[in-house]
Amino acid sequence: MEIKRKLDQNRAPIYEALQMFRKMRVVPFDVPGHKRGRGNPELTEFLGEQCVGIDVNSMKPLDNLCHPVSVIREAEELAADAFGASHAFLMVGGTTSAVQSMVLSVCKRGDKIILPRNVHRSVINALVLCGAVPVYVNPEVDVKLGISLGMKREQVKKAICEHPDAVAVLVNNPTYYGICSDIKEIVAMAHKAGMYCLADEAHGTHFYFGEGLPVSAMAAGADMASVSMHKSGGSLTQSSLLLTGPNINAGYVRQIINLTQTTSGSYLLLSSLDISRRNLALKGKRVFGKVIEMADYAREEINAIGGYYAFGRELINGDSVFDFDSTKLSVHTRDIGLAGIEVYDLLRDEYDIQIEFGDIGNILAYLSIGDRMQELERLVSALAEIRRRYQKDSRGLLSQEYLAPEVVLSPQEAFYAGKKSVPLSESVGHVCSEFIMCYPPGIPIIAPGERVTDEIIRYIEYAKAKGCSMTGPEDPEINHINILTQEGR
Amino acid sequence: MDLWFSEFHAPDVKHSIRVNRHLYSQRSAYQQIDVFDTPEFGRVLTLDGSVLLTERDEFIYDEMITHVPLSVHPDIRDVLVIGAGDGGVVRELTRYKSVEKIDLIEMDPQVVEVCRMYLPENASKLDDPRVHIFFDNALRILRRCHANYDLIIVDSIDPFGPSEGYFTREFYGICYNALREDGIMVNQQGSPFYKHDAEAMRRSHQRIVNTFPISRVYQAHIPTYAAGYWLFGFASKKYHPINDFHAEKWEALQLKTDYYTTRLHVGSFYLPAFLERMLQEVE
Repeated sequence: MEIKRKLDQNRAPIYEALQMFRKMRVVPFDVPGHKRGRGNPELTEFLGEQCVGIDVNSMKPLDNLCHPVSVIREAEELAADAFGASHAFLMVGGTTSAVQSMVLSVCKRGDKIILPRNVHRSVINALVLCGAVPVYVNPEVDVKLGISLGMKREQVKKAICEHPDAVAVLVNNPTYYGICSDIKEIVAMAHKAGMYCLADEAHGTHFYFGEGLPVSAMAAGADMASVSMHKSGGSLTQSSLLLTGPNINAGYVRQIINLTQTTSGSYLLLSSLDISRRNLALKGKRVFGKVIEMADYAREEINAIGGYYAFGRELINGDSVFDFDSTKLSVHTRDIGLAGIEVYDLLRDEYDIQIEFGDIGNILAYLSIGDRMQELERLVSALAEIRRRYQKDSRGLLSQEYLAPEVVLSPQEAFYAGKKSVPLSESVGHVCSEFIMCYPPGIPIIAPGERVTDEIIRYIEYAKAKGCSMTGPEDPEINHINILTQEGR
Repeated sequence: MDLWFSEFHAPDVKHSIRVNRHLYSQRSAYQQIDVFDTPEFGRVLTLDGSVLLTERDEFIYDEMITHVPLSVHPDIRDVLVIGAGDGGVVRELTRYKSVEKIDLIEMDPQVVEVCRMYLPENASKLDDPRVHIFFDNALRILRRCHANYDLIIVDSIDPFGPSEGYFTREFYGICYNALREDGIMVNQQGSPFYKHDAEAMRRSHQRIVNTFPISRVYQAHIPTYAAGYWLFGFASKKYHPINDFHAEKWEALQLKTDYYTTRLHVGSFYLPAFLERMLQEVE
């Protein structure tokens, strides 16, 4: 759906103000102490004078991220216009901070929030911070691929009926693998029940600009959306956007953001958001058209190799896969006898190709505005070579399954409760007080407040053995896990 | 008028050729293509500002990359050439009656067009009935091939431009797979002299060593390339470049050459000490 834009998207106010600022040659007796890089020549040599020269502090001509009144405010208005939102907040703490601010803006201690369990850790972290209680909608699972799909309308409806006191429904739009739920209908159901609808759009920036892509959260009528500009949008790592719709009080959201966001917002990040938004608004349609073409081509070529399954829009089933993001290049690898993580490691160690992630059964290559055909040919060829050289019998490979959690306590209660560290094998049956996940994708295998089961331990051991990079627990080796000393039930 | 073409061979070393006329200058879909007319080197073709070939010294490169494998393998019939849109390698190959098929994959059609127009001597055999030209990415075509060729000649430019993909592990792997069980792959291996080039050379040599059971490096003197000193890689599934070398058989063909000789063939595999060490480190 095309967004009607009213403002002049050729403008980039923060970028323009920094250009002007550079010309003024202002003498710095303020922070940062490197003083345009002079105090740190090695850093300047490494990053370049252009770059360190605009690493400056908030000041009148450059506005202030905590309370924008001039160029940052204009940049936010332009971003809101570009994304079809009522308000846009420039974020410098990653999409993690956008997601947390989004959840904190609508939930308070004890409030219920309806969400799929395959959310990013930042969502559950937000629940630890604010004390809200998750009501999980178990996502459907594609058994062959071993991936979690979207939420079915019927399941969301059921959750809303059973928990009429919930304050919000959160939707992944899309999941890491590019799978979308029927967000428009979910928004309608949530609003009818007097709940907000929030969207984690960490992987959906391009929905606002491309053609033939799933509907964006703002277009679907969602109340808030966290958008990772630095993923498909091309801005610098850690820069992000929080979008709000007409039902949200922007002033309050600003207060929430200021609870945790730095007061020294980086102008490198802010200008990258400004320039990227301009680029997307002006050229996004053409650029993402090309990205889709490349991804479709790669899917065709990878499927022609044999053994691999690069999946696409054929998964769409009108409900748990309501739509599919064609820019996502996910490949199922189990049938060549290798876990996704093994292919991921081979691509990097043997072929100097770094992809986004590999899990138990799949790999994901992230395609975006910076990709070229020649590198895509390398990726496809390397996959053909990996099949030729490393193909194995696929028997004995674990299929990734969705492990439905038993939530015993709210994440916050569990996180702060009395706990002790026990070996993994002794934790079965107890309530866990921390996260364990493969990163990426960063979707918790177990979260604080959930009961440890045999399957969960088996899964963790298997993922460790296959070489997944595991994060979350206090014990970096993940041999021990923290459990509650007394169960709250 | 004092008109010069200059190219950095290293960040602190510049090589310059006096120019009579700038004959052609255009940007293709892949690269900047220029042709100069020069008093010393005749016509000079450059891609993205780097010399690809000159009329004066191209024979060294084209002879060394072609005659070395053809005098080792006793029965080369199907040949694949990658890059080399100028046609020099193809011209040398067509001199062998035993060669039945020459497939040429060139990424950039404009290179071939320009060579036909400005370097007709090089491009003269591109219309030989045995020659089939494909304008495509070689990785794309080759990964569908299995045991189709006796010889693959990789004549791509440098590992930092559009042909970066032709210096990779996956590329050498699919070449291996596209060769018959006694097949040979010969590639231009860059220069070992300046640091930047030497590093790239070592990396690609390491990848070839990991892919083919036999992998040797040989050298030639080419004035317009970096340091005037150039290397080729000889990678093979069965034949050793010296132990399986058939000098008399090649002599019997009575091909007239200007650089390659059967004596030089053997000599070109004897490398200076610093280079031997450099290669041993990655072998």
